[in-house]
Amino acid sequence: MTQRFPALTAFLTALFALVVLPSPAAAQLEGTVTDDSGRNQIAVAVPALPTPQVLPTAAGTTEQLGKQISDVIVADLRSSGLFDPVGRNRVRAIGYSEVTSPAFPYWSGRNVESLIQGFVRSNGDGKLTVGCYVYDVALGSELSRHGFIVEPADWRRAAHKCADSIYSRLTGESPFFDSRIAYIAETGPKDNRTKRLAVMDSDGANHRFLTSGGTALTPRFSPDYKSILYLSYSGGSPAIYIYEIGTGKQRLVTRTNNATFAPRWSPNGRNILYSMAIAGNTDIYRISANGGRTVRLTNSPGIDVGGSYSPDGSKIVFESDRSGSQQIYVMNADGSGQRRISFGGGRAATPEWSPRGDLIAFTKIAGNFRIAVMRPNGGGERVLTNSWQDEAPTWAPNGRVIQFFRTRRGSGKTSIWQVDVAGGEERRLKTPVDGSDPAWGPVRP
Amino acid sequence: MKKLSTPLIAIALAATMAGCAKKPPETLPPEPVDTTSGSDTDVDPTANQQTGPTPGSQEDFVATVMSDRIFFDTDKFNVDGEDQRVLQSQAQWLSQYPNVSIVVEGHADERGTRDYNLALGERRANSAKNHLITLGVAASRIRTVSYGKERPQALGSNESAWAQNRRAVTVTVR
Repeated sequence: MTQRFPALTAFLTALFALVVLPSPAAAQLEGTVTDDSGRNQIAVAVPALPTPQVLPTAAGTTEQLGKQISDVIVADLRSSGLFDPVGRNRVRAIGYSEVTSPAFPYWSGRNVESLIQGFVRSNGDGKLTVGCYVYDVALGSELSRHGFIVEPADWRRAAHKCADSIYSRLTGESPFFDSRIAYIAETGPKDNRTKRLAVMDSDGANHRFLTSGGTALTPRFSPDYKSILYLSYSGGSPAIYIYEIGTGKQRLVTRTNNATFAPRWSPNGRNILYSMAIAGNTDIYRISANGGRTVRLTNSPGIDVGGSYSPDGSKIVFESDRSGSQQIYVMNADGSGQRRISFGGGRAATPEWSPRGDLIAFTKIAGNFRIAVMRPNGGGERVLTNSWQDEAPTWAPNGRVIQFFRTRRGSGKTSIWQVDVAGGEERRLKTPVDGSDPAWGPVRP
Repeated sequence: MKKLSTPLIAIALAATMAGCAKKPPETLPPEPVDTTSGSDTDVDPTANQQTGPTPGSQEDFVATVMSDRIFFDTDKFNVDGEDQRVLQSQAQWLSQYPNVSIVVEGHADERGTRDYNLALGERRANSAKNHLITLGVAASRIRTVSYGKERPQALGSNESAWAQNRRAVTVTVR
């Protein structure tokens, strides 16, 4: 078999290898299907991934995995809002020999613009090889091919990597599906909520609670996913801890009798921003992730809180009420050059700098709480959501999608939502219980 | 002062506050369903209800002082005349029990972002603390903790509930 399909094996070299072979040049696809927002959606067919031989694995047979991987790819593409994917229940199954020689006339007769074909193979060492091919139906040509070698238990990651390769190839944007989210899982009555630290994949799968009871707030994944900064009341007062995911160990970021909260990582993970209240006055401080000396970055008599680094680490956007109400300010990373950027009316809170650097997402408070974006100079404000209380935006690693949490009036019940930064439909992310304070991590290597 | 039950105190307090814009509204919403959760309602389990609360206990504190809490306007943390009278009554009680320490809990309503509300709760707790210090309570006896919007007292999503939740609550520690 492998001799008949050398392309299927030539590019598979390393553990979870991602090797891109040169692809024939092809024009960027133009969509023809239009959704409610007036944006073009790309029609994509994703048949089940066939297998050269049905073999059992630790996560099911290779045939079952081929179907499940197709389903995850379809769900990923649909969630982006940029695609109109057609899954295995609505298209015919393909054979293994067809993977590298698609039936282009068949697909073009079904209004498919892009065709995704791939395969699942169980290797002798117990690992899986997942192939992922993107074809342009109209041109009758291959746009990209990738192969991923994973443990069977990590089959979803191979699906996300495949979806990422499709998304990147067809939209020209950076990938984001193979990433994780830390958030706060909420249960219990409004006046006595239990708030637990939890993590999940970007699509809600592989969910895990990391703490058991009490009150945990405002988590942030470290850039390498090895640890999480978060606030806990476990010591009786609000204090910031670093939770090591591998070991479950945690330690205080800084030892102090003052309240510390609103923790944030620097882009390289070496520094931590936090807010500390001394005698009621809150300012923003920086400390090395390894501890050591604390550097005070703000010293206004107002509340200076939060903070989010620009992607290059040179600037910090933060929130202050020094003008009399919550507004957004930018300063250099050493605290110098502080200046207000939000003048859009109402109050502006919880700024988060896009990983692309081009926009700042924030909570706009004017009556209701809405998610909005503006340029780092304060211009070009756009409001993206409209509900009673939407709060605390966090960016997808490619800077195209924003997650936030929504509080329901009265019950106080919370849920996690996401919206495309270009606007359009808001989508709710399924979580086992109520969810708040989402924090999106980077694309996994 | 003869002991009063907590609801009576609350009603009396509400009556004295009628017409004051920043205070909880004249018509109080129903009592919260669950009164066992907040530390502000903890009582001394050794208190004997038939002979009154144990002197120096949290129950005694709540029954004796004008109120265990003061209230704030939206985004504000200043202590006004009414608050000063409440804190005066707390300071008076504390002067009788010099071995009792207190925690002042600062709270915000749900209509604020989480981090800001934590900072706002700190401000409010420290406002109450600072005023108690001016009334002669030793700073070493007072600890503050902010709960931001995490521990609402009134459960509604309306001005009346929010007014009750923007508060600084004094809790005794033995």
